[in-house]
Order: sequence, then structure tokens, then C-alpha cells
Amino acid sequence: MKLNRNTVFLGVTIVFAFLMGAIVFSPWASLEAQSGGGDWQTVMTERGFTDEDVYAALSTYNPSGVYDEFVMFASGGHSGQVFAIGLPSMNVLRTIAVFTPEPWQGYGFGAGEEVLDGGNMDGQEVRWGDTHHPALSETGGQYDGQYLFINDKANGRVAVIDLRDFETKQIINNPLYVNDHALFATPSTDYVIQGGQYAQPIGGDYAPMADYAESFVGIVTMWKFDREAGRIDADNSFALELPPYWQDLCDAGKQVSEGWIFCNTFNTELALGGIESGNPPFEAGASRNTTDYMHIINYRAAEELFLAGEYEVVNGMAVITLETLVENNVIFNTPEPRSPHGVDVAPYGDFIVVSGKLDPHTSIYSFDKMMAAIEAGPTELDPFGIPILAFEDVIEAQVEVGLGPLHTQFDDQGYAYTSLFLDSAVARWSLGGDNYRPQDGWSLIETIPVQYNVGHIAVAEGDTVSPAGNYLVSLNKWSVDRFLNTGPLLPQNLQLIDIGADRDNMQMLYDMPLGMGEPHYAQIMRADRLNTWEVYPEVGWDPATQSVDERAVAPGEEGITRDGNTVYVNQTAIRSHFTPEIVNINEGEHVVWTITNIERAKDATHGFAIPYYGINLSIEPGESITFEFDADKGGVFTWYCTEFCSALHLEMMGYLLVQP
Amino acid sequence: MTTDYMTQNQEISTKQSSPSAKTSQSKLLLSALYLIAAGLLLGSIPFPYWGLILEAPQYPDGLEMRVFVNEMTGDEDPTLDEVSEIDGLNHYIGMQSLYNAAKIERAIALPAVIIMAILLAVAAFWRKRYAWLLALPAFTFPFVFLTDLGLWMRHYGQNLDPYAPLSSAIAPFTPPVLGEGVIGQFKTVSYVNTGWYMVLGTSVVIAIAWVLQWWVSRQNQGS
Repeated sequence: MKLNRNTVFLGVTIVFAFLMGAIVFSPWASLEAQSGGGDWQTVMTERGFTDEDVYAALSTYNPSGVYDEFVMFASGGHSGQVFAIGLPSMNVLRTIAVFTPEPWQGYGFGAGEEVLDGGNMDGQEVRWGDTHHPALSETGGQYDGQYLFINDKANGRVAVIDLRDFETKQIINNPLYVNDHALFATPSTDYVIQGGQYAQPIGGDYAPMADYAESFVGIVTMWKFDREAGRIDADNSFALELPPYWQDLCDAGKQVSEGWIFCNTFNTELALGGIESGNPPFEAGASRNTTDYMHIINYRAAEELFLAGEYEVVNGMAVITLETLVENNVIFNTPEPRSPHGVDVAPYGDFIVVSGKLDPHTSIYSFDKMMAAIEAGPTELDPFGIPILAFEDVIEAQVEVGLGPLHTQFDDQGYAYTSLFLDSAVARWSLGGDNYRPQDGWSLIETIPVQYNVGHIAVAEGDTVSPAGNYLVSLNKWSVDRFLNTGPLLPQNLQLIDIGADRDNMQMLYDMPLGMGEPHYAQIMRADRLNTWEVYPEVGWDPATQSVDERAVAPGEEGITRDGNTVYVNQTAIRSHFTPEIVNINEGEHVVWTITNIERAKDATHGFAIPYYGINLSIEPGESITFEFDADKGGVFTWYCTEFCSALHLEMMGYLLVQP
Repeated sequence: MTTDYMTQNQEISTKQSSPSAKTSQSKLLLSALYLIAAGLLLGSIPFPYWGLILEAPQYPDGLEMRVFVNEMTGDEDPTLDEVSEIDGLNHYIGMQSLYNAAKIERAIALPAVIIMAILLAVAAFWRKRYAWLLALPAFTFPFVFLTDLGLWMRHYGQNLDPYAPLSSAIAPFTPPVLGEGVIGQFKTVSYVNTGWYMVLGTSVVIAIAWVLQWWVSRQNQGS
């Protein structure tokens, strides 16, 4: 049969139409249409988003299973905790219980008491803290992801958190002093330095306000950190006695200025307050002078004095007196704009940036000039005999940034960022030094409004020798109208600002309400610096010692034994049962109870709670916990797993029978 | 056919005093084949023979169990013992611990493999009528292995503890030795792995050797 042209044409058309139909109606085509999960442009229109909004949303959104690039450790203020927050998503990844008992982590309800007791003050239990300044451990001036230190401003205590398991390992109480403000690590973290805050008689002594100048002191404490042990070594730590100014923030020198620390002070007026007696209140009395003093302290020289035994002992703590410090040229002062907050060392260690919150300038001091002025020999002394380096001899530049400058951070492009409390803004300005942006000089570049009342700011790795840049978080004290009203106690507003993508403009990306405390300062670290365990390395792990606990219970070795009046309960936990499940004891017996979670699977945490006796544990995979109590009340007590662990989680329970 | 070949084989070894160059080469090849078979058998020891992957929503990476000739392990992840983890899950349906399975087989596996390899080496050079029988254990080994595994799996699946939490929800079953199975929310995928393919290679090489041996005897008969 011979095909004519029309037949061929018709055939080709039919085949073509069929193919087109197959493509349009194929599962592949319909998948393509659905893969967007809906039409985002419609969402944008319906919700009234601008291009900027969409840019911000796309910059911060993490699809399921995608991890953040940075982790921010924010102090939790008077929650007494620390928050780990992912960036750029601004998702709270977890809280870390530090000074305050916290049930989810089983901290302070049968476990963790030994750590919390380290913070007892003269035997007095203090079970809260006002966490202020997180300080990540550093190696070579850069975060190393190993430890995090945090201070309690209210009670002058310091805690050590191990970042292998994100748990608090040590709380240390300063026997000299009951309040502090700054906490920072030296570039190698051989010392964690606790700056004082409000002057008081040393060691908890009493003195009347009339004796303020003679009897009150300021303190900076040099806590020796034993990295191997993961603990502060109090025996090799020492403190420096300072004048009764109110020391505020401090920072450690780095690179060229390594070995020095710089501390702000205010109330160099020695105001005594007493508004009730008709005196100027502290807020006025402590702000009268146009300048206060920055302490410039050679801590390596102080360390030599300590090692040479040139100290006094107060409450078991070595204190180098102010007189000794001055005699040995360890401490110098230089004037700084009044009532300063931040004192921040630039990445190369060559400049120290101070912001006096009642002066619209940031003041940039040159470390080289300080050294030259010390070399030249200062002629003036402050009332406590500390040599004063003349302002004009050590100042490098001043930049007018705006009202209420507080705190400065740095990026990788030679810019500095300063929070402006009164303006509710963040200023970006250029460092004119040779290592930074000499082409721009010392000049303000731009400001971005924040909502509202910014305190500290944090730039990614922005207080290290090699800042990452990328992001800035503005820790705003007030949120006012930013969020749905949840009552008169408003959440904080942590705002994420893009400082990396577009070098000409900072852009606001995200408002994060935090209704769990008042973060004061935060540090942002590249997440890949962390080396955190997914489960404890071995079954039977004691997180307090970071080693296998000899009391841990192996499968098959469970049971109940007695020794005199003490009952030992040796138990294992695995989905979905505790072994043993029935525990019979007698009223009046002392109970020592060990539970070992023998799970190895990620996330297979078991909880354990006994009513009345106040026991509530979180036993993570591999962890072993031993707790004790006196069985002083007879009855039948039901314990259960408090962490939903499996389909038969509800059945994961048991009975404690205390026979009267 | 086998009987013929045996008879001829005897004739080769007893009557042929001066074989042709062709059969001499073939005998060399025969020896080589048996030695290759022995090498494959010994070489399979460090490789997993069989594996099973358990997939469930809450284990995004799956749980992988590997069975070697003489042991069971998980995958390379050092933090998690997948066999214990599977045991932990199996307790819900009342399955015994996997560590109790095939204890005798696992205990004798290594000596057995070595003996089979020695037998192959002997067969390579020992030209007696029944020398081919020395290769028989090695030839059957991959099939014996899978059969034994299957029997154990049936034993485990059929003998569930009636007092287990989910005993009423899960009826006794026989997990497949190869391919996909479903139990509860778990999907299992079983497969043979490198080691088993190597011993299968042993069987194939032995089969070739036998054919060659048969062919050589035919040649000799013809000459």
C-alpha cells in the first residue's frame, strides 16, 4: 500500500498531539507544577509582602533538616540560663541550665546538685542567677568550640559549660565579692577574667557608706582555667584590688596587645547616693564628671607578682593589693568619655574602642600610643595613686556615631558596629587604621534603626582576631509593639541584621521574640567549630567527670542490695522498661539509686520522676545517674519515664513501695 | 555423565603416561582454577555475605546489619551498635536476641572455610578419580549459607515470645532472606553482599574446573 501525503501528514499530527498530551498530563508534568508547594507569588500578594520582606524570609528560612551556619550563645539574663540559637534561622535550639534548676534537663532534682552547690554563698543555697556575659573558650584568639563560660552578675559567680554535651560542669563562687559584670577569656583561655561591678567591702565585710573611699574596693578576678580538667582552678587564680570606682566591661588584648586587659569604670566621682537623704541619686552623682577612667592592666606582670607570692589572702583567695599593682607598674588609667559601657579590642589588637553612653562619639585608643605614653612616664596620678596617661597622648580618633553608643563589634571588612541605645539604632563605621579601611578613614558609614533600646550587639565571631562578618544580632531590651501582646511582661526582641550580603546596606532580616529571660550579651560562632556528642561516648557515662562511672549498671547486673540502713537500687533503662520495675524498701532507709540508660540510639533519652521525693531526671543515651534520698514517708510511689520515648512509653513505669 | 567422566578420569591418571601438550596446558589451567576458587573463598572472609536494612520513619539513616561468615555487625557508625538496636526493637514483638542465633555455625565458620580452601588446594594437584569431590563442600557453601540463614530467620520469625508487648498485634512470620519485607512500621530490605558473591564465584570456578576436567578426560580418551 502506498501512503498519500495527506495520510502521512494526519498521522504525524496525531502522533505529535499525543506526545504533547502525554507530556502535559504526565505525572512528571504535574509533579513539576506541584513541586513549588503552592504559588509563592500569591502568598506574597495576599500577605502584602514587599521584595525586601521576601528577601529577608528567604535569607533566614531553613527547610526541614537544613542546619544553621552559625550558633549564637546568648546569656539568658535572670532566667539563669544560656540559650543556644541558630543563625540565620534564629531558632532556639536549646537552653542550657546554669544557675537555675531546670526540670527538662533534670538539673537540680536529683542530679546536678553538686554543680549548683558549687555556687552556694557561705553555705547559703542560691538557686538563680542573672547571666550576663557568655565567653567562648579561645585558641589563638579565635573561638575553639570547646567551652563556654558565663557569669552571674547578681551574685558574682562564674560557670563552666562543656560544649561536648552542652552541660554546666562547674559553678564557682567568688569569695571576695557578690556582684560582677564582665566575663571574658584571654586569647588562649589560660584565664577567664571576671570584672567587678559595684564597689563593696572586700570578702563580704561590713562598712558604713561614710567609709566608702577607704573601705570599698573594686575587683577584677583572674580565674585560671585548666583546659584538661575542664574546670576553673581556684587555687591558681588571683584577684586584683582596684579603686572603688564601678568597674564595668573589660576586654582582653589580643595579637599586639596580648597580655593586657582594658576595663571601663564609671562613678569615678565616688558618689554615695542617698536620694532619700536629699543627695543626688546615683544616676546623677555617678555621671557628674565629663570623663571616667579606663584601667589599662598588664596582667602578665600581675601574674608574675602572684607567682612571686606578692599577694594577700582574703577568704582563701589571693588578692594583689592596689598598692602592689601601682608600685610594680601593672596598672594605668586614661580618661574616657563619661559613663562608658563597651570597651572592645579591634581584631588586630591595635585599637581599643570605648563608647561613653552620654557622649555621641566612640573613642578609639591606640595601643602603641598607650605603650609610648607608659614609656614616657606619666606625671599625673588619680586619687588612689594610679598613673594617668593623658587622653590626647593615647587617643587615635573619635567618630560621631549617634546618641547613646554602648558596645562595639567588628567584621571582616574593616568595619566596626556600635549599638546606639538612645537612637535605637546600630551604626556601621570604618576603622581608619592601616589594617582596616584607611581608604575610608575614621568615618560613620550608615546607621540602621532597631526596635527598640538596643543593649549589646553581636557580630559573627565579631570579638575575635578573625571576625566572620555575615550577620549582626541586635539584642533589644524593649519590643513594645513588635509582637502579639501576651501581657505586661514583654519578650525581648533579638533582631538579625544582614551585614554581609550587600556591603552598601545593612538589612533587617528577622525579629525574634524571646520570652524566657533577658539576654544581655551573646557570641556567635561558626557551627562547624563545635564537636558535640550525639550520644554519650560509652554506656555508663557520668557527665560530671566525662568518664564511665564505676557505679553504672550493666544489663544483667540490675538488682537491689542493702548495706546497713542504706539500700542500693541498681537499675537500667531501655525502651520501654526499667529493670527492676518493683522496688520494695522500708521507711527510714537511705536510698542510693543508680539508673543507667543503656540505649545507644540518638535521641533515645529517658526521663525518671518519683513523686513526693522531688526526683526528676533526664537520662540521655549512655548516661548513668546516681541520686540519693531518705525514704522518710511510707506509701506507694509510682515512677515513670517523663520523656516520650516509644510506643510503649506510657508503660515504662514502676512502683516504689516504702513499707512503714 | 558424571560416572563416565569419573571412569575416564581414572583412565587419565592411570593409563596416560605422556599426555599431549594440549592436555598438559589444560591440567595447569585446572590447578589454577582450583587455586583461584580457594583464593576467592579465603578472600571472602573480611567481606559481609549478607545484609539487612531496617527502614522506619524515626531512623532516617536506617538500621543496617551486616552478616559476615562468622559474625554480625552494624554499619561503620561507631557510636551505635545496630544489631543491639535491632534487638531492642525486636523485643517488642518477642523475637530472641540476634546474638543467640547460629552460634555453632559462627563458631565453626572460620575453620570450616579454611578446611574447604585446603581441600581445594589438594584438589588442584591431586589427580585421583575422586579428587573432584574435594571441591564439593566449597561448591555447595554459598547455598548452604543462605539455606541456614533462611532456616534461622524462619525459626526466629515463627518462635515469638507470646508474652511480648506486641505479641497479639504481630503474627509469627518468616522474614525474607532476599528482597523486601514489612513488619509493623518497618520495611526490611535483605540482600546478598560482596562476600557471598565471592563464594558464589568459588562455586562458578569449581563448576568450570569440573567441566574442564571432564573435557580433558574426554580428550585423553579420544587420543
